[in-house]
Amino acid sequence: MAEETLITAGKAKTGGRTLTPYFFVLPAGIVMIAGLLYPVADAFYLSFYDWKIGTKFAKAEFVGFDNYIRMFSDPDVRESIWVTFRFGFWTILIEMIVGVSLALLLEKPIRGASLFRTIFILPLMVSPVVVGLIWRYLFDARVGWINYYLGYLGIEPQVWLGDAELAFFAIVFTDIWQWTPFIFIIVIAGLQALPSEVLEASRIDGANWWQQIFLVKLPMIRSILLIALLMRLIDVFRALEVMYILTGGGPGRATELLSLHIYNRAFDAQLLGYASAISVLLISIVFLLSLGILVVGNPMKEKSDI
Amino acid sequence: MRRIDSPARVWGHYASLIILAIICLTPIWVMVSTSFKNEVVIFDAKPVWFFFFPTMENYDYILTRGKFDRYFVNSVIVATVSTFLTLFLGGLCAYALARLEFKGRRFVANSTLLVRMVPPAVLAVPAFAMVVTLNLNADLVVLIFFYTALNLPFAIWLLFGFYKQIPVELEEAAIVDGASPLQVFFQVLFPMMKSGYAVAGIFTFRIAWNEFILALLLTGRNSRTLPVGAAGFITDTGVEWGRIMAMGTLIVIPPLLFTFFAARQIISGLTAGSVKG
Repeated sequence: MAEETLITAGKAKTGGRTLTPYFFVLPAGIVMIAGLLYPVADAFYLSFYDWKIGTKFAKAEFVGFDNYIRMFSDPDVRESIWVTFRFGFWTILIEMIVGVSLALLLEKPIRGASLFRTIFILPLMVSPVVVGLIWRYLFDARVGWINYYLGYLGIEPQVWLGDAELAFFAIVFTDIWQWTPFIFIIVIAGLQALPSEVLEASRIDGANWWQQIFLVKLPMIRSILLIALLMRLIDVFRALEVMYILTGGGPGRATELLSLHIYNRAFDAQLLGYASAISVLLISIVFLLSLGILVVGNPMKEKSDI
Repeated sequence: MRRIDSPARVWGHYASLIILAIICLTPIWVMVSTSFKNEVVIFDAKPVWFFFFPTMENYDYILTRGKFDRYFVNSVIVATVSTFLTLFLGGLCAYALARLEFKGRRFVANSTLLVRMVPPAVLAVPAFAMVVTLNLNADLVVLIFFYTALNLPFAIWLLFGFYKQIPVELEEAAIVDGASPLQVFFQVLFPMMKSGYAVAGIFTFRIAWNEFILALLLTGRNSRTLPVGAAGFITDTGVEWGRIMAMGTLIVIPPLLFTFFAARQIISGLTAGSVKG
C-alpha cells in the first residue's frame, strides 16, 4: 500500500536518485531541531551546572550530578510531582467518566447538533490565561459568584484560593470545565463512526443497552479512549498557565504542577541549572507517555505503513 | 433500523444538551458581562446576570490608557507570521512524508510525532539561556521562531493526513506532463489542500495567540503579547475586575470568531489525533 501512494520524485525524468525530498523536509526539520531538539539537549547540558540568573554562563560551576541528587531528595520536587499526579488522576478520571457517559447518552444525531457542538468547543478555544482570570474572579472570596451561590446551600464563604485543599479543588474544577467537552466531542465522533451493522447485529443477538455499551461500543472505540487518555495525561505535564494565574502554585506548593514548579524554580528562585534538571525529569516522563501514543495509534502508520 | 424515539426521550436529550451548553457558556458570559459593568455593580454582593446599566469605561481605560494597542499589534504579528511559516514549512514537509520516497522518511515521521509533545516549560530555561547568551533583542522574532517550532509537528501531522486523502493519480499525471515537484506542490495540490491548511492554520494561530509562558519570558516592555499584558493586570495592586474582564474579552474575540465560523474544521482537527478517517 505504501508503494502505490508514493511518488519517486524526479525519477521519471532523471532516472536516478534525487535530493528533492530533502529540500522539502529540511526547512521544517531545521526549525524543529533548533527550536525543540536543541533546547531539550541544552536543558540536559545545563542540568550539570550551577547557574544563577544574572551571572554569565561562563562563570557557572560544573557540578556533575549534584542537581539530580538534590532533586531526588528535594521534598518540594516530590510534593510537586505528587500534586501533578493527584491533579492528573482526578481531572482525567472525572473528565473521562463524565465525557464518555455524556457521549454515550447523547450520541444519537439530532437536529441542532452542530450548534451544540460549536458551544461545547468554546471552553477549549478560550486562552488559558483568560480561563485563569475568569475562574479567579468566580472563586474570589469577596466578589466571587461561587461563594454567593453556595450561600444558598448554607455554606459559609470560603477563601478558595488561599486554602491548600480548596485551591487544589479549584484548579481541578477549572480543568474539568475546560476539558470535559474535548473528551465528549472526540468520543461522540468515534461512536458515530462505528459501523451500524455491528450494532444492529448485536441488537438482533439480544444484547441489551448495557451490554451494547460495555461489550460492543466501548471495546470498539478503545483506541480512541486510550489516545484521549494519553493526550490528557501529557497535557497534565504541560499545564501551567491556568495555575499561574489562578493560584501561582500556592498556597505553599499545593497547586504547583511540575511545569509551574520548573518555572518558579528557574525564575523565582533563579536556579537555572537546578530547574534544568527538573526539566529533564519532566521531558523524560512526557517522552515515555508519547512513546505510548506512538505505539497505540500512530496516525501516519495507520494510513501509510510508515 | 432506528427505533422511533419517544417524545420524552427526545425532550430529555435536548434538555441535557441545553444544560451542558449553559455550563460551557456561563463563565464566558460572566467575563463578557463583567467587562461592561462598573465597579459598583461588580462589588455588589449579589451577582448580576443580565440587568445592569452597561458601561464602556473598562474598555475606554484599556484602549486609551494601557498599552493594549501595542500588545495587540505584537500578538497579531507573532501569531500571523508564525502561522504562515508553520503552514509553509509544515506543508512542504508533510507533502514529502506523504508522497515522496526517500531514505529516512520513517525516521523523520516518527521523530516529528515525538517532539510534538515537548512541554513549553521545558523550553523555558534553554530559550532564556539562548536569548541571554546570544544577546538577542529582537524579541518578536525569537517568539515567532519558537512558536513555529512548537507548532510544526502538529501541523505536519495534520497536513500529512490531508495529503493522504488526495488521490495520487492527479500528481502522477502532472509529473508525466513534466511538472517539477514544486510545481506539483503549489499548482496541483495546494488548491485541494485548502481545508487542510484551514484546520492547521486555526490550531497554529490559536496556540500562538494564546501562548503565555515563553512570551512572558522572552518579551520586554514593548514586545509583550496580549496574554502577558492581561496577566499583568492581576499582579497590579488592587484587582480591577472590570478592566481584567474587558481585556479577557478582547483577547478571546479571534478564537471565538474561529469557533463560530469554523467549528467543523476545529472538530476535525481535535479528532484528527484519535479518530481515524
